[in-house]
Amino acid sequence: MSNILEVKNLTMHYETLDGDVDAVKDITFNVKAGESFGIVGESGCGKTSVAMCLLQLQAENGKISNGSILFDGQELVGMSENDLRKVRWDGISIVFQGAMNAWNPVVKVGEQIREAMREHNPKSTKSQNTEKINELFNMVGLDSSASERFPHELSGGMKQRAIIALALSCDPKLIIADEPTTALDVVIQDQILTEIKNVQELLGLSLIYISHDIAVIAEMTDKIAVMYAGSIVEIGPTEEVFKSPKHSYTRSLLDSTPSIMGEKKKLRSLEGEPPSLINKIDGCSFSPRCPSPSNECKNQSIEMGLIKVGIDHYADKCCSGCISE
Amino acid sequence: MDNLKNEKEIAKSLRRKAISKNWKLFKQSRLGMVGLIIVFFFFILSILQPILFLTGIWDQGTYNPVVGYVDQTQDFLVVECPKEFPTEKYEKRTDCPGRNEVNIKTLFYSDGEVGETIQLNLQPAPPSRDHILGTDSLGRDVFSQIMEGSQVAFLLGILSATLGVGISTLLGTIAAFFGGRVDAYLMRQSDLVLMLPTLPLLFIISAFAELKIWHLAVVLGTIGGLGGSVITIKSQALQVKVKPFVDSARITGGSNMKILFSHVLPNVAPLALLFMVFSVTGAIASESVLSFLGLLNIEMSWGLMIYLAQVEGYIFSGLKFWWLILPAGLSVTFLTGGFYLVGRGLDEVFNPRLRKR
Amino acid sequence: MLTNAVRVVSVNNLIEVRNLVKHFEVSGGLFSRNKRIIKAVDGIDFEIKAGESLGLVGQSGCGKTTTARSLCLLDPKTSGDVNFYNSESQKMESIDEIDDEGLRQFRRNMQMIFQDPYESLNPRWTLKDIIKEPLDIHNIGDLKDREEAVIEILKTVGLTPPQNYLSRYPHEISGGQRQRVSIARTLIMKPKFVICDEPTSMLDVSIRISIMDLMLNLAKELNVSYLYITHDLAVARYMCNRIAVMFNGKIVEIAESEELLQNPIHPYTKRLISSIPIPDPNYKRERYEVNYDELDKIISNNPDKKMIDIGNGHFVASHDTKGFFIET
Repeated sequence: MSNILEVKNLTMHYETLDGDVDAVKDITFNVKAGESFGIVGESGCGKTSVAMCLLQLQAENGKISNGSILFDGQELVGMSENDLRKVRWDGISIVFQGAMNAWNPVVKVGEQIREAMREHNPKSTKSQNTEKINELFNMVGLDSSASERFPHELSGGMKQRAIIALALSCDPKLIIADEPTTALDVVIQDQILTEIKNVQELLGLSLIYISHDIAVIAEMTDKIAVMYAGSIVEIGPTEEVFKSPKHSYTRSLLDSTPSIMGEKKKLRSLEGEPPSLINKIDGCSFSPRCPSPSNECKNQSIEMGLIKVGIDHYADKCCSGCISE
Repeated sequence: MDNLKNEKEIAKSLRRKAISKNWKLFKQSRLGMVGLIIVFFFFILSILQPILFLTGIWDQGTYNPVVGYVDQTQDFLVVECPKEFPTEKYEKRTDCPGRNEVNIKTLFYSDGEVGETIQLNLQPAPPSRDHILGTDSLGRDVFSQIMEGSQVAFLLGILSATLGVGISTLLGTIAAFFGGRVDAYLMRQSDLVLMLPTLPLLFIISAFAELKIWHLAVVLGTIGGLGGSVITIKSQALQVKVKPFVDSARITGGSNMKILFSHVLPNVAPLALLFMVFSVTGAIASESVLSFLGLLNIEMSWGLMIYLAQVEGYIFSGLKFWWLILPAGLSVTFLTGGFYLVGRGLDEVFNPRLRKR
Repeated sequence: MLTNAVRVVSVNNLIEVRNLVKHFEVSGGLFSRNKRIIKAVDGIDFEIKAGESLGLVGQSGCGKTTTARSLCLLDPKTSGDVNFYNSESQKMESIDEIDDEGLRQFRRNMQMIFQDPYESLNPRWTLKDIIKEPLDIHNIGDLKDREEAVIEILKTVGLTPPQNYLSRYPHEISGGQRQRVSIARTLIMKPKFVICDEPTSMLDVSIRISIMDLMLNLAKELNVSYLYITHDLAVARYMCNRIAVMFNGKIVEIAESEELLQNPIHPYTKRLISSIPIPDPNYKRERYEVNYDELDKIISNNPDKKMIDIGNGHFVASHDTKGFFIET
């Protein structure tokens, strides 16, 4: 399979009053066609910033200082706003956290989707568009009559499904889902996840699923990247990472997720808080919280970087040796 | 004890940090900074005057804004303007009397024959070394009047704004907190006050009572405080009222009064402060209008200066007597504008969504 | 290893809720005089023993939070009884019948931790003032005692050294630390009963467990009972001895945590369990489908609120099931 997205050495910082915040540090990953790729990490680790960079929608004070984003052979960094508009929605579309609250309250849901379709594909007729919307609505588990309703007539879960239909409306090749179920309760979350998975399989899309919930990521993705303090600390096939996590942060995440399956076990909590990205961090950013840091880890001049630890499985140089079970 | 000292030091440094952060945010707003500089400038003016008098640099007799007088005289040639133009000497009617000449028909207070040279008072005198903004028709120093006027503006603006915002904060919070009938009554009352046209009302009040500066402050403050700001502050208080920290005080058994004064009011305060700064603007403008119309019993203010220039007719002579009109007019414009801009700057500090980053 | 099985659960009930009902009136529109009644909580029964934690689980809108607000007297209940164990008179007292002193006693022993750590602390107060507010309200000890109590409780919840936190404002600390402050504020009065409204759902995964562990440890140390409200069964399993499942204002199933998860009987419970994602990429979840409308119809057609005891302290709602599940 070919890579649909290649991100290389992406580095981005926000300029703020208190100084520069290094939100994304030297990130490299590829997404293959039809693959679902997960990014997992705590809030503030830079996962949403990565998503914004992929669409070139980062905030005004976010500056990409290095790296390239190749989507379908096109370089997105530095692309003109006009060309970017074609890539967004047509190529890459996104489902935000809480996107269901972004519907315009006075326009019918279907009309809002039609508007997006007209913008990107002026040639198609209204009846063609309507037909397609009905098809999409059925795909995400909504009755096609829902398209003739106003947003306030739909429940939160229905609105979020309609957002997924909107994201699919321009036949993108890649969907980015940034915590699409965070504000919803478990039953609705379960339904939305199922719809996303079905649609992805049906249309053969690539998916980037961003979440802090490692259980959701486990279900949704083939390959995951674990982010901490702006960098990827471990990346590899999901099964492999869950079976034998190499970085101690990944291990801590797995150990701190409660489950309803299996024997009830004492969860291991992670001491401390994620570092503030405003201060430059020398050496391993995780070492202050690491449950079993080696002397090497605490050395501030240690060089960071991913090394190969398995088939297609890379982990941060510093911590990959910490766990020897 | 060591712990306590340590704690106090930390508290101090934290407070300093918070202030410097807010100051940084305020500084980001360029308009706010411009406003602050203007307000500061007028503030300096208003405290400079008493200092000048106390140190004796300015002498009360000459520079007192109300009773000061200085003898400024000049020699004039008395002429009689002809009935028809052009004549040998004058081409048009406006050329007579010319420079250093005076028409005998306008000599009411001094004697003189045509062809004589007499000494006359030169009032209003244009800016000179002694009077940097000249004098008015009564020989009083205009610059000193401007300083006095800015004292009046600050006093009135801040007094009425404080009073008004105090009233509206109290009523708005009470309306939000107790709801029901109290709320309905207070809202109808504020609708009623909003309906009243302020200026005509002030005319009527000034017809019945002699309005002094603090009377005006009380009246303006009350009208402002009962009017529209109650509604805005109420809506803010309603938002605070349903916050979990209020609930948690209730669960613990906190009384209504305690919750009102220690939870709701402090969280409404930033908005109230903002309102205060904005309402200073309105108060200063109202004062100018009222004294321009001559409805205030007040010794000196910017409005009064323009009023005097108007009743004595100088306002109609274009910019020939500019020092009688422009300094006062610009002062009103700049100070009200300055307060407004400070309000805009504060808005950016208090309203996180307006922040640029 | 079971974490909270070691906790001493006494035989005495601490709080008993009997047939609690909370209805809201909603006006039917601008010109309509009819008022619609929303049955947010429709006759629920449960009891919590001293030192025990009960999880209240259900989807959003099922009445979990309304139950909590009625219990702690924030909103008056429509009908039903809430009985609380008065440690002075050593018997159960109904909160409708107690005098002012009893009410004070009740409020001292009942606290609530809220979901949103950003909204539950007054942004204009220092942490010291926030934490000692309950002591101020109940006038316990003099100023010095209160300050010492604050320092003590800050140490207990793991905010050390306490001097660094006393004069800070809520926005100067992180979300996890705020939730610790909330817990400190809640526990400074040494209450017997704490209602937790999803206290960890807005926190990061790595911090979540440390807060839950803190709450579990404190419960053991101070012998506190929790009513833990959540939509996540995995969290409820970790935190609670027993779990009650709520659906449309009614409790449909209540049992020991492990029993409920191993042996769910009510279709709604099954649905809920089957929707929890499992942190194991190899595990394939099977969704248990339930038609909510039909379920709701069956429940509302059977006003009988009896719960059937199927042993092991496991109770299931007894509405007619038409092939759904057990018959008695």
